[in-house]
Amino acid sequence: MTLLHNSQHTVWRLRGVSFRYGRGPDILKHVDLELTGGKVYGILGPNGSGKTTLLYLLCGLNSPTAGEVEFLGTGIDRYTKREIAKRVAMVPQDFQMRFAFTVRQAVEMGRHPHTPRFSSLSPEEIQLVRDVMQELDILALSHRPVTMLSGGEKQRVAAARALVQAGDALLLDEATSNLDIFHSLSILNVVKKRAVDHNLTVVAAVHDINLATPFCDQFIFLHKGKVAALGPPARVLTHDLLQKIYGVEARVWYDEFTSAPTVSFRMGGCPETGDMMGADTIGPQGEDTHA
Amino acid sequence: MILMFLLLVAVVVSAHMGFMKIPVRDVLDIIADLLSGNRNQGIDPVMYTVVADIRLPRIMAAVLVGGTLAVCGTVFQAILLNPLADPYTLGISSGAAFGASLVIVLQVMGLALPDLFTVPLFAFAGATGTMFLVLALASGGSARLSSTSLILSGVIVSSILSAAIGFLKFLADEQVGIIIFWLMGSLSGASWDNILMLGPAAMAGMCVALFYSRDLNIMSTGERTAITLGVNTTALRYILLVTCSLLTALCVAVSGIIGFVGLIVPHMLRYVAGPDNRWLIILSFPAGALLLLCADTVTRAVLPVEVPIGVLTALIGGPVFCWIFRKRQMDYDTAS
Repeated sequence: MTLLHNSQHTVWRLRGVSFRYGRGPDILKHVDLELTGGKVYGILGPNGSGKTTLLYLLCGLNSPTAGEVEFLGTGIDRYTKREIAKRVAMVPQDFQMRFAFTVRQAVEMGRHPHTPRFSSLSPEEIQLVRDVMQELDILALSHRPVTMLSGGEKQRVAAARALVQAGDALLLDEATSNLDIFHSLSILNVVKKRAVDHNLTVVAAVHDINLATPFCDQFIFLHKGKVAALGPPARVLTHDLLQKIYGVEARVWYDEFTSAPTVSFRMGGCPETGDMMGADTIGPQGEDTHA
Repeated sequence: MILMFLLLVAVVVSAHMGFMKIPVRDVLDIIADLLSGNRNQGIDPVMYTVVADIRLPRIMAAVLVGGTLAVCGTVFQAILLNPLADPYTLGISSGAAFGASLVIVLQVMGLALPDLFTVPLFAFAGATGTMFLVLALASGGSARLSSTSLILSGVIVSSILSAAIGFLKFLADEQVGIIIFWLMGSLSGASWDNILMLGPAAMAGMCVALFYSRDLNIMSTGERTAITLGVNTTALRYILLVTCSLLTALCVAVSGIIGFVGLIVPHMLRYVAGPDNRWLIILSFPAGALLLLCADTVTRAVLPVEVPIGVLTALIGGPVFCWIFRKRQMDYDTAS
């Protein structure tokens, strides 16, 4: 952990990165990006804007069709899968497990790239697994088969697996998008705490802007395969940007309850009176138009 | 441990049973003789021949074929993330049988091919070819393999192959009996030569499977996640699929098609030992060996007529396959 006191170093540097699947259209177009260590980045943007693709490029799951992805000063293609896995962990959108491994076994899989082939976990590693499971409140489920878990429990297992794995960085691919607000917040809080404690760089693709704002240091807005905006949430979140990217009317305001900038949305182009007032407004309106 | 002990007991009991009952004590003496290499302290030479030259090769073949098929089944299920996969349901056994039948037909047509090498070689070519064909058909270009399309492709390719084997049977004319042997599966033709070929190969294959057993566990998280956990999934797939095709081909070369051993054994073991492949692979060898040896002993010594072993395993395995399939369908229903 020589990186501990040097959090300003560059972890990822993307130069002119483009990507497309097969002969399909470009999903990312000439992206230049520099991500520094120890920060929490949120990748935002509408469906199909390239959020997941960008994450896959960062961990070497995809190779860019043009340009270069550099990780800790070296091209990411020059690492073996295992070397990347020692440093970068991913929390997928859906936790999958085809056979009935127990929760503990599933979390221990995060140590796979670190442990030599025929040795078992060291006492420190067992302690690490225990600590992370404790923090994510799944210690009591240790011996439960993962196939029997609820959606929220599964995502906590996935988060635990990634946290015991990550050496330098953690990628979250809409890791909480299928969860209710309680489970989303609890996972994000634990991730954020460990990221700060262990100086992890976090890159999270997130759908819900208001959920991401208190969680992230920096926002990266993607729009049609390009970086539309980059910077701290308070600076980046503007009416114009949100309208341009999502095509909706937005109001950005400071919420004292969450002490973070907050966004309210409404469909663009609707008449003032026709917005989301609920069913009881329909009656008088109907009369008005009738008259 | 218990499995190994049971297996040893089964070997001795099986050698004792048969048309000619040979006392267990004599069986033990003969095995001790064979192992130590110095022959005979006054054992009846007829008994010696029956045990050492007829029963033991067949017993050893049952042990090796059963064990190897079970290990292959475990590996196929783990790597294809598919609890219905085994050398038989994927059509790989049929491919190997097609290769082996081809050798017989070529011999009938006058080509002098040495049995001991060409049969396994052609069986291997047939097995690997079939495997890649089935995988290509099932994936349709994408990397994801759904359970249903995989089994469906296996069935389609198998049925084409059985038509092709039918044609070979027609060509083989009077030699047709030998080809029927491949189709039904039987251990009665096993010789010590077969054992010497299959034994080391089975051990080597087992080592390869064990070497990658933890990676196989990681595979169960799905292709992408497995890569982010540091597993080179493409290399792992190729190495293990080719290894298992080779092992299947060798088994088929010795015993013909014996289905469902590789399907049932991993399933039973998962209930007992959990899904960890490090244990499953170690345990599936003795368990598969025990299963096939018992089944073969039943057909050889208990039943009044000798039923081909492949027919027997299919009769037992088929319903188990139905049960697993049904159970999975219901799991999907409750999940969605």
